[in-house]
Amino acid sequence: MTRRTPLNEAHRALGARMVDFAGWDMPVQYSSVIAEHEAVRNGVGLFDVSHMGEVEFAGPGALETVNGLISNDLARIADGQAVYAGLLNEQGGFVDDVVAYRFSPERILICVNASNREKDFAWMKAHARGVAPVDRGDEYAQIAVQGPKAAGLVQRLTKTDTSKIGTYRFAEGEVAGVRCIISRTGYTGEDGFELYCAPDGAVALWTALLDAGQQDGVKPCGLGCRDSLRTEMKYALYGNDIDDSHTALEAGLGWIVKLDKAAFIGKDALVAQKAAGVKRKLVGFELTGAGIPRHGYPILKDGARVGEVTSGTMGPSVKKPIGIGYVPAELASEGSTFDVEIRGRAVPAVVVKTPFLKKP
Amino acid sequence: MSDANIPSNLKYTSDHEWALVEGKKAVVGITFHAQQTLGDVVYVELPAVGRKVTKGEAFGTVESVKAVSELFSPLSGTIIRVNEDLTAEPETLNSDPYTDGWIIEIEFSDSKELNELLDAAAYAKLLQNS
Repeated sequence: MTRRTPLNEAHRALGARMVDFAGWDMPVQYSSVIAEHEAVRNGVGLFDVSHMGEVEFAGPGALETVNGLISNDLARIADGQAVYAGLLNEQGGFVDDVVAYRFSPERILICVNASNREKDFAWMKAHARGVAPVDRGDEYAQIAVQGPKAAGLVQRLTKTDTSKIGTYRFAEGEVAGVRCIISRTGYTGEDGFELYCAPDGAVALWTALLDAGQQDGVKPCGLGCRDSLRTEMKYALYGNDIDDSHTALEAGLGWIVKLDKAAFIGKDALVAQKAAGVKRKLVGFELTGAGIPRHGYPILKDGARVGEVTSGTMGPSVKKPIGIGYVPAELASEGSTFDVEIRGRAVPAVVVKTPFLKKP
Repeated sequence: MSDANIPSNLKYTSDHEWALVEGKKAVVGITFHAQQTLGDVVYVELPAVGRKVTKGEAFGTVESVKAVSELFSPLSGTIIRVNEDLTAEPETLNSDPYTDGWIIEIEFSDSKELNELLDAAAYAKLLQNS
Protein backbone atom coordinates (compact mmCIF):
# COMPACT_ATOMS: atom_id res chain seq x y z
CA MET A 1 0.00 0.00 0.00
CA THR A 2 1.51 3.29 -1.11
CA ARG A 3 1.60 5.88 1.62
CA ARG A 4 0.36 9.41 1.15
CA THR A 5 1.43 12.58 2.91
CA PRO A 6 -1.20 15.02 4.20
CA LEU A 7 -0.47 17.14 1.12
CA ASN A 8 -1.24 14.44 -1.45
CA GLU A 9 -4.48 16.04 -2.64
CA ALA A 10 -2.86 19.47 -2.71
CA HIS A 11 -0.17 18.12 -5.06
CA ARG A 12 -2.74 16.61 -7.37
CA ALA A 13 -4.74 19.84 -7.39
CA LEU A 14 -1.57 21.64 -8.50
CA GLY A 15 -1.15 19.21 -11.40
CA ALA A 16 1.87 17.38 -10.03
CA ARG A 17 3.16 14.28 -11.73
CA MET A 18 3.23 11.68 -8.98
CA VAL A 19 5.63 8.75 -8.63
CA ASP A 20 6.23 6.00 -6.14
CA PHE A 21 9.22 6.95 -4.00
CA ALA A 22 10.29 4.65 -1.17
CA GLY A 23 6.71 3.44 -0.88
CA TRP A 24 5.27 6.96 -0.87
CA ASP A 25 3.16 8.61 -3.56
CA MET A 26 5.22 11.76 -4.11
CA PRO A 27 5.37 14.61 -6.64
CA VAL A 28 8.33 14.37 -9.02
CA GLN A 29 7.50 17.64 -10.76
CA TYR A 30 4.67 20.15 -11.15
CA SER A 31 5.78 22.22 -14.14
CA SER A 32 9.31 21.36 -15.19
CA VAL A 33 12.36 20.16 -13.25
CA ILE A 34 14.48 22.98 -14.63
CA ALA A 35 11.91 25.70 -13.84
CA GLU A 36 11.55 24.39 -10.28
CA HIS A 37 15.33 24.09 -9.89
CA GLU A 38 15.74 27.72 -10.97
CA ALA A 39 12.96 28.89 -8.64
CA VAL A 40 14.94 27.47 -5.71
CA ARG A 41 18.26 28.93 -6.91
CA ASN A 42 16.84 32.39 -7.64
CA GLY A 43 13.62 32.76 -5.63
CA VAL A 44 11.88 30.29 -3.41
CA GLY A 45 10.50 26.77 -3.73
CA LEU A 46 8.38 24.54 -1.50
CA PHE A 47 8.97 20.84 -1.03
CA ASP A 48 6.73 18.36 0.71
CA VAL A 49 9.17 16.20 2.67
CA SER A 50 6.60 14.72 5.02
CA HIS A 51 7.72 11.25 3.98
CA MET A 52 10.90 11.70 6.03
CA GLY A 53 10.86 9.87 9.34
CA GLU A 54 11.33 11.23 12.86
CA VAL A 55 12.58 9.31 15.88
CA GLU A 56 12.62 10.81 19.35
CA PHE A 57 14.79 10.01 22.34
CA ALA A 58 13.38 11.58 25.49
CA GLY A 59 14.47 11.23 29.09
CA PRO A 60 17.59 11.47 31.23
CA GLY A 61 20.59 10.25 29.25
CA ALA A 62 19.01 10.88 25.83
CA LEU A 63 22.05 12.80 24.57
CA GLU A 64 24.50 10.10 25.65
CA THR A 65 22.28 7.39 24.14
CA VAL A 66 22.08 9.12 20.77
CA ASN A 67 25.77 10.01 20.84
CA GLY A 68 26.51 6.29 21.03
CA LEU A 69 24.51 5.79 17.83
CA ILE A 70 25.60 8.69 15.62
CA SER A 71 28.98 9.67 14.23
CA ASN A 72 28.74 13.38 14.98
CA ASP A 73 28.83 14.84 18.50
CA LEU A 74 25.75 16.26 20.18
CA ALA A 75 27.85 17.29 23.20
CA ARG A 76 29.60 19.93 21.10
CA ILE A 77 26.45 21.79 20.13
CA ALA A 78 24.00 23.86 22.14
CA ASP A 79 20.31 23.29 22.72
CA GLY A 80 18.48 24.59 19.65
CA GLN A 81 21.17 23.32 17.29
CA ALA A 82 21.18 20.41 14.89
CA VAL A 83 23.92 18.26 13.39
CA TYR A 84 24.22 16.20 10.23
CA ALA A 85 25.48 12.73 11.15
CA GLY A 86 25.80 9.14 10.09
CA LEU A 87 24.21 6.11 11.68
CA LEU A 88 27.06 3.74 10.94
CA ASN A 89 27.40 0.00 11.01
CA GLU A 90 30.34 -1.79 12.68
CA GLN A 91 32.35 -1.50 9.44
CA GLY A 92 31.91 2.29 9.30
CA GLY A 93 29.38 2.07 6.44
CA PHE A 94 26.07 3.88 6.50
CA VAL A 95 22.87 2.56 7.97
CA ASP A 96 21.57 6.03 7.10
CA ASP A 97 22.46 9.71 7.14
CA VAL A 98 20.38 11.79 9.52
CA VAL A 99 19.91 15.20 11.10
CA ALA A 100 19.81 15.17 14.89
CA TYR A 101 18.07 18.04 16.68
CA ARG A 102 19.12 18.86 20.22
CA PHE A 103 16.16 20.35 22.12
CA SER A 104 17.91 19.60 25.40
CA PRO A 105 20.26 16.89 26.66
CA GLU A 106 17.07 15.03 27.55
CA ARG A 107 15.26 15.42 24.25
CA ILE A 108 16.78 14.63 20.86
CA LEU A 109 14.80 14.31 17.62
CA ILE A 110 16.36 12.51 14.67
CA CYS A 111 15.14 13.02 11.11
CA VAL A 112 15.77 9.96 8.94
CA ASN A 113 15.34 9.11 5.26
CA ALA A 114 11.90 7.87 4.20
CA SER A 115 13.42 4.83 2.54
CA ASN A 116 15.14 3.81 5.78
CA ARG A 117 12.46 4.66 8.31
CA GLU A 118 11.63 1.15 9.49
CA LYS A 119 15.20 -0.09 9.18
CA ASP A 120 16.59 2.83 11.17
CA PHE A 121 14.04 2.51 13.93
CA ALA A 122 14.69 -1.20 14.33
CA TRP A 123 18.43 -0.57 14.28
CA MET A 124 18.21 2.20 16.88
CA LYS A 125 15.99 0.05 19.06
CA ALA A 126 18.46 -2.80 18.87
CA HIS A 127 21.54 -0.66 19.52
CA ALA A 128 20.37 2.05 21.90
CA ARG A 129 22.04 1.72 25.31
CA GLY A 130 19.95 3.81 27.67
CA VAL A 131 16.90 5.71 26.45
CA ALA A 132 14.61 3.82 24.07
CA PRO A 133 13.68 5.44 20.74
CA VAL A 134 10.07 6.36 19.91
CA ASP A 135 8.91 6.48 16.28
CA ARG A 136 7.31 9.91 15.80
CA GLY A 137 7.13 9.67 12.01
CA ASP A 138 3.35 9.80 11.87
CA GLU A 139 3.23 12.85 14.12
CA TYR A 140 5.12 15.17 11.81
CA ALA A 141 4.55 16.58 8.38
CA GLN A 142 7.45 18.52 6.94
CA ILE A 143 7.67 21.32 4.40
CA ALA A 144 11.01 22.61 3.13
CA VAL A 145 11.07 26.27 2.06
CA GLN A 146 14.26 26.81 0.09
CA GLY A 147 15.88 29.61 -1.84
CA PRO A 148 17.25 33.14 -1.43
CA LYS A 149 13.71 34.44 -0.82
CA ALA A 150 12.80 31.70 1.70
CA ALA A 151 13.73 33.70 4.79
CA GLY A 152 11.62 36.67 3.75
CA LEU A 153 8.64 34.46 3.01
CA VAL A 154 8.77 32.55 6.29
CA GLN A 155 9.33 35.75 8.26
CA ARG A 156 6.14 37.30 6.87
CA LEU A 157 4.18 34.39 8.33
CA THR A 158 5.69 34.16 11.80
CA LYS A 159 6.29 36.27 14.89
CA THR A 160 9.47 34.29 15.59
CA ASP A 161 12.54 36.34 14.67
CA THR A 162 14.02 34.08 12.02
CA SER A 163 17.16 36.23 11.78
CA LYS A 164 18.10 34.79 15.16
CA ILE A 165 17.95 31.24 13.78
CA GLY A 166 21.38 30.59 12.30
CA THR A 167 22.28 27.78 9.94
CA TYR A 168 21.65 24.37 11.51
CA ARG A 169 19.73 26.00 14.34
CA PHE A 170 16.03 25.77 15.04
CA ALA A 171 13.26 27.32 17.12
CA GLU A 172 9.72 26.40 18.01
CA GLY A 173 7.00 28.82 16.99
CA GLU A 174 3.96 29.37 14.80
CA VAL A 175 4.12 29.84 11.05
CA ALA A 176 0.79 30.91 9.51
CA GLY A 177 -0.84 29.99 12.80
CA VAL A 178 0.50 26.43 12.64
CA ARG A 179 2.75 25.24 15.46
CA CYS A 180 6.13 24.33 13.92
CA ILE A 181 9.72 23.46 14.51
CA ILE A 182 11.38 26.13 12.38
CA SER A 183 14.72 24.68 11.35
CA ARG A 184 17.28 26.52 9.24
CA THR A 185 18.33 23.45 7.31
CA GLY A 186 17.84 22.05 3.84
CA TYR A 187 19.12 19.90 1.02
CA THR A 188 19.44 22.36 -1.84
CA GLY A 189 22.50 24.47 -1.08
CA GLU A 190 20.29 27.50 -0.63
CA ASP A 191 19.21 29.36 2.48
CA GLY A 192 15.92 28.11 3.80
CA PHE A 193 13.89 26.35 6.42
CA GLU A 194 12.46 22.96 7.10
CA LEU A 195 9.15 23.35 8.93
CA TYR A 196 7.95 20.40 10.99
CA CYS A 197 4.28 20.51 11.99
CA ALA A 198 1.47 18.18 12.96
CA PRO A 199 -0.06 16.41 9.92
CA ASP A 200 -3.39 18.21 10.36
CA GLY A 201 -1.64 21.58 10.01
CA ALA A 202 0.23 20.73 6.82
CA VAL A 203 -2.38 21.85 4.29
CA ALA A 204 -2.90 25.21 6.02
CA LEU A 205 0.85 25.77 6.20
CA TRP A 206 1.43 24.74 2.57
CA THR A 207 -1.43 26.94 1.33
CA ALA A 208 -0.28 29.93 3.39
CA LEU A 209 3.27 29.59 2.05
CA LEU A 210 2.03 29.37 -1.55
CA ASP A 211 -0.26 32.39 -1.09
CA ALA A 212 2.23 34.56 0.76
CA GLY A 213 4.97 33.55 -1.67
CA GLN A 214 3.12 34.78 -4.76
CA GLN A 215 5.09 38.04 -4.63
CA ASP A 216 8.32 36.02 -4.65
CA GLY A 217 7.23 33.78 -7.52
CA VAL A 218 7.13 30.78 -5.18
CA LYS A 219 6.92 27.39 -6.90
CA PRO A 220 5.92 24.01 -5.52
CA CYS A 221 8.86 21.71 -6.25
CA GLY A 222 9.14 17.97 -6.75
CA LEU A 223 11.69 15.26 -6.18
CA GLY A 224 13.17 15.84 -9.64
CA CYS A 225 14.69 19.21 -8.82
CA ARG A 226 15.46 18.16 -5.26
CA ASP A 227 17.85 15.67 -6.85
CA SER A 228 19.43 18.09 -9.33
CA LEU A 229 19.83 20.76 -6.62
CA ARG A 230 21.52 18.42 -4.16
CA THR A 231 23.72 16.88 -6.86
CA GLU A 232 25.07 20.33 -7.78
CA MET A 233 26.11 20.66 -4.11
CA LYS A 234 27.49 17.09 -3.97
CA TYR A 235 25.16 16.37 -1.06
CA ALA A 236 25.03 12.62 -0.58
CA LEU A 237 21.88 10.64 -1.28
CA TYR A 238 21.44 7.45 0.69
CA GLY A 239 21.19 4.47 -1.66
CA ASN A 240 23.13 6.32 -4.37
CA ASP A 241 26.25 7.95 -2.94
CA ILE A 242 26.29 6.39 0.49
CA ASP A 243 25.22 2.96 1.65
CA ASP A 244 26.20 0.20 4.03
CA SER A 245 29.20 -0.88 1.95
CA HIS A 246 31.01 2.47 1.70
CA THR A 247 32.46 4.06 4.81
CA ALA A 248 31.96 7.63 5.93
CA LEU A 249 35.64 8.35 5.22
CA GLU A 250 35.38 6.96 1.69
CA ALA A 251 32.30 9.12 1.17
CA GLY A 252 34.29 12.24 2.08
CA LEU A 253 32.15 12.72 5.17
CA GLY A 254 35.00 12.64 7.66
CA TRP A 255 33.75 16.00 8.95
CA ILE A 256 30.63 14.35 10.42
CA VAL A 257 32.71 11.66 12.12
CA LYS A 258 34.13 12.74 15.46
CA LEU A 259 36.73 10.08 16.13
CA ASP A 260 37.84 11.83 19.34
CA LYS A 261 34.49 11.47 21.10
CA ALA A 262 33.42 8.50 23.24
CA ALA A 263 32.58 5.21 21.56
CA PHE A 264 29.97 5.06 18.80
CA ILE A 265 29.14 2.26 16.43
CA GLY A 266 31.62 2.16 13.57
CA LYS A 267 34.29 4.21 15.33
CA ASP A 268 36.87 1.43 15.64
CA ALA A 269 36.63 0.53 11.95
CA LEU A 270 37.07 4.16 10.92
CA VAL A 271 40.04 4.70 13.23
CA ALA A 272 41.68 1.65 11.64
CA GLN A 273 40.79 2.78 8.12
CA LYS A 274 42.17 6.24 8.75
CA ALA A 275 45.44 4.75 10.02
CA ALA A 276 45.73 2.40 7.05
CA GLY A 277 44.73 5.05 4.48
CA VAL A 278 41.46 5.39 2.60
CA LYS A 279 41.74 3.38 -0.63
CA ARG A 280 38.71 4.69 -2.55
CA LYS A 281 37.00 8.03 -2.45
CA LEU A 282 33.78 9.67 -3.55
CA VAL A 283 34.64 12.42 -6.01
CA GLY A 284 32.81 14.96 -8.09
CA PHE A 285 33.59 15.08 -11.79
CA GLU A 286 32.56 16.81 -14.99
CA LEU A 287 32.28 15.06 -18.31
CA THR A 288 34.57 16.61 -20.88
CA GLY A 289 32.96 14.57 -23.67
CA ALA A 290 29.31 14.37 -24.71
CA GLY A 291 26.74 12.60 -22.56
CA ILE A 292 25.27 12.55 -19.09
CA PRO A 293 26.61 10.32 -16.30
CA ARG A 294 23.99 8.31 -14.41
CA HIS A 295 23.84 6.16 -11.29
CA GLY A 296 25.44 2.77 -11.92
CA TYR A 297 27.54 3.67 -14.97
CA PRO A 298 31.07 2.18 -14.82
CA ILE A 299 34.10 4.39 -14.29
CA LEU A 300 37.03 3.23 -16.42
CA LYS A 301 40.76 3.92 -16.35
CA ASP A 302 42.69 2.75 -19.40
CA GLY A 303 39.73 0.59 -20.31
CA ALA A 304 39.51 -1.23 -16.98
CA ARG A 305 36.60 -0.78 -14.60
CA VAL A 306 37.86 0.99 -11.46
CA GLY A 307 34.71 2.50 -9.99
CA GLU A 308 31.12 3.47 -10.43
CA VAL A 309 29.00 6.57 -10.86
CA THR A 310 26.69 7.04 -7.88
CA SER A 311 24.81 10.16 -9.03
CA GLY A 312 24.79 12.25 -12.17
CA THR A 313 22.79 14.77 -14.08
CA MET A 314 22.96 17.72 -16.39
CA GLY A 315 23.32 20.42 -13.73
CA PRO A 316 20.63 23.00 -14.50
CA SER A 317 22.56 25.81 -12.76
CA VAL A 318 26.12 24.77 -13.60
CA LYS A 319 24.95 23.89 -17.12
CA LYS A 320 27.33 20.96 -17.40
CA PRO A 321 27.05 17.18 -17.18
CA ILE A 322 28.21 16.47 -13.64
CA GLY A 323 28.61 13.30 -11.65
CA ILE A 324 29.60 11.79 -8.33
CA GLY A 325 31.31 8.44 -8.02
CA TYR A 326 33.74 6.20 -6.19
CA VAL A 327 37.25 5.95 -7.61
CA PRO A 328 40.56 4.58 -6.30
CA ALA A 329 42.33 7.14 -4.07
CA GLU A 330 45.04 7.73 -6.69
CA LEU A 331 42.38 9.08 -9.08
CA ALA A 332 40.64 11.23 -6.48
CA SER A 333 42.59 14.47 -6.69
CA GLU A 334 41.37 17.49 -8.59
CA GLY A 335 42.38 17.30 -12.24
CA SER A 336 42.59 13.50 -12.35
CA THR A 337 41.04 12.03 -15.46
CA PHE A 338 39.12 8.85 -16.21
CA ASP A 339 36.31 7.71 -18.49
CA VAL A 340 32.67 7.06 -17.80
CA GLU A 341 31.12 4.27 -19.83
CA ILE A 342 27.88 5.54 -21.34
CA ARG A 343 26.01 2.95 -23.41
CA GLY A 344 29.25 1.33 -24.55
CA ARG A 345 31.15 4.58 -25.19
CA ALA A 346 34.07 5.70 -22.99
CA VAL A 347 33.43 9.39 -22.34
CA PRO A 348 36.29 11.38 -20.76
CA ALA A 349 35.78 13.02 -17.36
CA VAL A 350 37.86 15.14 -14.98
CA VAL A 351 37.73 15.38 -11.20
CA VAL A 352 36.70 18.88 -10.09
CA LYS A 353 36.42 20.73 -6.83
CA THR A 354 32.99 20.46 -5.23
CA PRO A 355 30.39 21.74 -4.69
CA PHE A 356 29.93 21.99 -8.44
CA LEU A 357 27.95 25.16 -7.93
CA LYS A 358 30.17 28.01 -6.78
CA LYS A 359 28.24 30.62 -4.86
CA PRO A 360 29.31 34.25 -5.26
CA MET B 1 -6.28 17.66 -22.88
CA SER B 2 -2.85 18.77 -24.02
CA ASP B 3 -1.81 15.19 -24.75
CA ALA B 4 -4.19 15.33 -27.70
CA ASN B 5 -1.55 17.21 -29.69
CA ILE B 6 -1.42 14.59 -32.45
CA PRO B 7 -1.11 16.00 -36.00
CA SER B 8 -3.22 14.08 -38.51
CA ASN B 9 -0.61 14.15 -41.30
CA LEU B 10 1.89 12.02 -39.35
CA LYS B 11 2.33 8.29 -38.74
CA TYR B 12 3.13 7.02 -35.24
CA THR B 13 4.74 4.12 -33.41
CA SER B 14 3.64 2.66 -30.10
CA ASP B 15 7.05 3.82 -28.78
CA HIS B 16 5.90 7.44 -29.33
CA GLU B 17 7.92 8.32 -32.40
CA TRP B 18 6.31 10.09 -35.33
CA ALA B 19 7.15 9.89 -39.04
CA LEU B 20 6.36 12.40 -41.77
CA VAL B 21 6.36 10.33 -44.94
CA GLU B 22 7.10 11.86 -48.37
CA GLY B 23 7.86 9.52 -51.25
CA LYS B 24 10.61 7.15 -50.09
CA LYS B 25 11.71 9.39 -47.24
CA ALA B 26 10.47 9.92 -43.73
CA VAL B 27 11.36 12.60 -41.20
CA VAL B 28 11.28 11.15 -37.67
CA GLY B 29 10.86 12.68 -34.22
CA ILE B 30 9.19 12.03 -30.88
CA THR B 31 5.62 12.94 -30.07
CA PHE B 32 4.28 15.74 -27.92
CA HIS B 33 3.24 13.08 -25.43
CA ALA B 34 6.76 11.60 -25.40
CA GLN B 35 8.46 14.92 -24.67
CA GLN B 36 5.88 15.71 -22.03
CA THR B 37 6.51 12.39 -20.30
CA LEU B 38 10.28 12.84 -20.45
CA GLY B 39 10.24 16.35 -19.05
CA ASP B 40 13.06 18.81 -19.72
CA VAL B 41 15.24 17.33 -22.45
CA VAL B 42 18.90 18.11 -21.81
CA TYR B 43 20.76 15.82 -24.18
CA VAL B 44 20.15 14.09 -27.51
CA GLU B 45 22.52 11.43 -28.82
CA LEU B 46 22.24 11.38 -32.61
CA PRO B 47 23.28 8.59 -35.01
CA ALA B 48 25.74 9.03 -37.86
CA VAL B 49 24.43 9.94 -41.30
CA GLY B 50 24.64 6.91 -43.59
CA ARG B 51 23.87 4.41 -40.85
CA LYS B 52 21.48 1.64 -41.80
CA VAL B 53 18.69 0.89 -39.35
CA THR B 54 16.00 -1.73 -39.17
CA LYS B 55 12.49 -1.05 -37.97
CA GLY B 56 12.36 -1.09 -34.18
CA GLU B 57 16.13 -0.69 -33.79
CA ALA B 58 17.44 1.87 -31.29
CA PHE B 59 19.17 4.65 -33.24
CA GLY B 60 19.78 7.24 -30.51
CA THR B 61 18.96 8.47 -27.04
CA VAL B 62 17.09 11.33 -25.48
CA GLU B 63 17.88 12.31 -21.91
CA SER B 64 15.90 14.54 -19.62
CA VAL B 65 17.22 15.80 -16.29
CA LYS B 66 16.05 12.59 -14.68
CA ALA B 67 15.57 9.93 -17.32
CA VAL B 68 17.22 8.24 -20.28
CA SER B 69 15.03 7.12 -23.16
CA GLU B 70 15.99 5.25 -26.32
CA LEU B 71 14.78 6.27 -29.75
CA PHE B 72 13.48 3.48 -31.99
CA SER B 73 13.37 3.67 -35.75
CA PRO B 74 9.83 3.48 -37.14
CA LEU B 75 11.09 2.14 -40.48
CA SER B 76 14.01 0.22 -41.98
CA GLY B 77 16.39 2.12 -44.22
CA THR B 78 19.33 4.52 -44.29
CA ILE B 79 19.66 7.64 -42.18
CA ILE B 80 20.23 10.46 -44.66
CA ARG B 81 20.03 13.51 -42.37
CA VAL B 82 20.23 14.22 -38.65
CA ASN B 83 19.15 17.38 -36.83
CA GLU B 84 22.49 18.68 -35.56
CA ASP B 85 20.77 21.72 -34.01
CA LEU B 86 19.52 19.42 -31.23
CA THR B 87 23.08 18.97 -29.97
CA ALA B 88 23.24 22.62 -28.95
CA GLU B 89 19.53 23.07 -28.25
CA PRO B 90 18.04 19.79 -27.02
CA GLU B 91 15.18 21.72 -25.40
CA THR B 92 13.72 22.18 -28.90
CA LEU B 93 12.33 18.67 -28.45
CA ASN B 94 10.13 20.07 -25.67
CA SER B 95 9.13 23.32 -27.31
CA ASP B 96 8.59 22.11 -30.86
CA PRO B 97 8.58 18.31 -31.13
CA TYR B 98 6.86 18.15 -34.54
CA THR B 99 8.80 20.68 -36.62
CA ASP B 100 12.13 22.17 -35.41
CA GLY B 101 12.49 19.20 -33.06
CA TRP B 102 12.72 16.61 -35.86
CA ILE B 103 15.53 14.13 -35.14
CA ILE B 104 16.48 12.13 -38.25
CA GLU B 105 15.44 11.59 -41.86
CA ILE B 106 15.35 8.06 -43.23
CA GLU B 107 15.28 6.84 -46.79
CA PHE B 108 13.24 3.75 -46.17
CA SER B 109 13.68 0.46 -47.94
CA ASP B 110 10.40 -1.34 -47.41
CA SER B 111 7.17 0.54 -48.10
CA LYS B 112 5.15 -2.31 -46.65
CA GLU B 113 6.36 -1.30 -43.19
CA LEU B 114 4.32 1.90 -43.51
CA ASN B 115 1.19 -0.19 -43.01
CA GLU B 116 2.40 -1.19 -39.56
CA LEU B 117 2.55 2.41 -38.35
CA LEU B 118 -0.39 3.98 -36.53
CA ASP B 119 -2.45 6.82 -37.89
CA ALA B 120 -3.36 9.76 -35.65
CA ALA B 121 -6.64 8.21 -34.54
CA ALA B 122 -5.02 4.90 -33.62
CA TYR B 123 -2.23 6.69 -31.76
CA ALA B 124 -4.76 8.82 -29.87
CA LYS B 125 -6.52 5.64 -28.84
CA LEU B 126 -3.25 4.12 -27.68
CA LEU B 127 -2.61 7.14 -25.46
CA GLN B 128 -6.10 6.98 -24.01
CA ASN B 129 -5.62 3.36 -23.09
CA SER B 130 -2.13 3.77 -21.63
